[in-house]
Amino acid sequence: MSVQSGSKTAPVRAVFLAAYAMISLAPVCYMVLTGFKLPADTAALPPRFLPGLTAPENSFWFRFTLGNFQRILADAETLRYLFNSVFVSVCSTVLSVAVGSLAGYGFSRFPFRGGRDALFFVLSTRMLPPLAVAVPISFMYSRLGILDTRFGLILLYTCFNLSFTTWMMKAFIDEIPTAYEEAAMLDGHSRLEALLRVVLPQAAPGIAATAVFSLISAWNEYAFALTLTSTDAVTMPVRIHAIIGDNSAIPWGPLSAAASLFLLPIVFFGLAMRKHLIRGVTFGAVKG
Amino acid sequence: MTAKDARIRLEGVAKKFGNVIAVFPTDVEVAQGEFVVILGPSGCGKTTTLRMIAGLEAPSQGSVFINGKDVTRLRPGDRDIAFVFQMFSLYPHLTVQENVAFTMLAQGLSSQEAMRRSGDMLRHLGLGGLVHVRPGNLSGGDQQRVALARALVRSPQAFLMDEPLGTLDGSMREEMRETLRAIHNRSGATTVFVTHDQEEAMGLADRIAVMKDGRVVQFDHPRTIYDNPVNLFVADFVGSPGMNILAGVRRGEWVDVPALGMRLRVAEDGDSEGITSNTASGGECRLGVRPENVLLSEDGSPCVVEHTEALGSHNMLSLRTAAGFLKAWIPAGIRFREGETIGATFLPSGCRWFDGASGEALPWKTLEAVCRPTR
Repeated sequence: MSVQSGSKTAPVRAVFLAAYAMISLAPVCYMVLTGFKLPADTAALPPRFLPGLTAPENSFWFRFTLGNFQRILADAETLRYLFNSVFVSVCSTVLSVAVGSLAGYGFSRFPFRGGRDALFFVLSTRMLPPLAVAVPISFMYSRLGILDTRFGLILLYTCFNLSFTTWMMKAFIDEIPTAYEEAAMLDGHSRLEALLRVVLPQAAPGIAATAVFSLISAWNEYAFALTLTSTDAVTMPVRIHAIIGDNSAIPWGPLSAAASLFLLPIVFFGLAMRKHLIRGVTFGAVKG
Repeated sequence: MTAKDARIRLEGVAKKFGNVIAVFPTDVEVAQGEFVVILGPSGCGKTTTLRMIAGLEAPSQGSVFINGKDVTRLRPGDRDIAFVFQMFSLYPHLTVQENVAFTMLAQGLSSQEAMRRSGDMLRHLGLGGLVHVRPGNLSGGDQQRVALARALVRSPQAFLMDEPLGTLDGSMREEMRETLRAIHNRSGATTVFVTHDQEEAMGLADRIAVMKDGRVVQFDHPRTIYDNPVNLFVADFVGSPGMNILAGVRRGEWVDVPALGMRLRVAEDGDSEGITSNTASGGECRLGVRPENVLLSEDGSPCVVEHTEALGSHNMLSLRTAAGFLKAWIPAGIRFREGETIGATFLPSGCRWFDGASGEALPWKTLEAVCRPTR
């Protein structure tokens, strides 16, 4: 994969990318705007998307308010759930990337009997719909006493993400020539030292890419969080859904404000990892 | 860089990958301070052999001895050897100086001391300007120089090199070859060097081990390998171009070479008698002649000039015979027109004989070559 700038196709590509960005960002922008609206403006037709101090009839202007955000930020419960999301996602990501790196290294460097089958078996855990196992897992969790705990969610997300962190890390480590670690081992370093000081630093872009995918997957997870938590370990996706409530009128303003807040951390993380993400995606392609 | 007593001995060392035999049981002994080149085409098991000496592959059977000590079960890091890889062994995330220093950290040196020695070694090799550069920004030659510095800095018992010049281009290769030889002469460290480039092997080696299909077929001094190859494979593989090989039929003490309409009188060369019976009268054999032993003469067998290749110091002449081509070195000033017919004969002392079926060398000497024009 190569991105050439200055070629003849560059303008076409720019237009295409701009259009794509606008289409994919439009709902997000509208959601963020809705977070700043009063209930009356949220469902108005034609849609109002220009923030203003007043909202004249039949215009695109809506009355700008910070009320929705203020209410959410003042709500200790929601903040606790936001913290749950952060804590659970980060912990499960760190664990699944760490274990996945070791497993990926093992699968990459030690071709053992049945290794390919084992690798496929690891992946098979991703093949069944979450809700199919939600009931037995919730039963087991209840017997283990880890229902509605952050630990329970971390454990589950770690296991669930482990399949693709293992696969991704194996792919990234496959790309790193064995000569590096062999050189280190010839110098008297142990295999673990070679892994930690030579292989993993080179796999850094891959680790970053894997971490992003793992984090997003844990951050967005809804089905298990819904079935396995009730009060203490509730995460934001569940909370946001709860805002809808069972009223006939959906509170779009608070809902959008909560969703926007929920979006922020992952966007910042994604931006921070942007460089690694691109390198991670093109990792295998750049070497001659 | 002090010379240590480091003999390397392989005893029946073999390697199987699954059902594939990469290296058949092999016995090789490398003397202290010797520069041995393992030469062979790709897939002949030369790199596997080297990796077994290093401990990067465990032999399926047999033992590896370094300095008289059985190291077969020792980890690579405990064998006190340095390995120079073909490429991809400088850590891209470390600077040149850190790369060289990293090898000493495992020896329990403080990082400051390791960095200091690393800097000294790099300056010693004229790489002082590169200490803070990362390997990705170096040319191929400089990368391999740094890899050499990294190998040298520990003053190990032996150096193992796996096609270290393989990725470099022409002039750089020659320069690095000289550097390598100079370093070896100075340090006197035992070196085993793997390459598929016979010229490199001839230029560097004290002795060459020619490998083919997992076996060492000849292990001798470069000159001997060049002059007296043990079989047709070595005859063809060593030398650029390889030996001219011509089919022959034995008739008593004469051998007919139909391609040139030539007869050569042969005799047993000394002691070994058993082999000759392989090629009895009427049996097929092969004549091998180096291009420098092809003589142009008016009494020679007529050949048609195919083309002349000017190589600067001399010209390579391609001659068409009744069956196949013949290559001959001629002085640079001489040119022949294409299609011209000239006579060719062989220097008797430069003729080598091989069995027609097995391709093994025959202990014959050539007494005379008689050309009788057939055309």
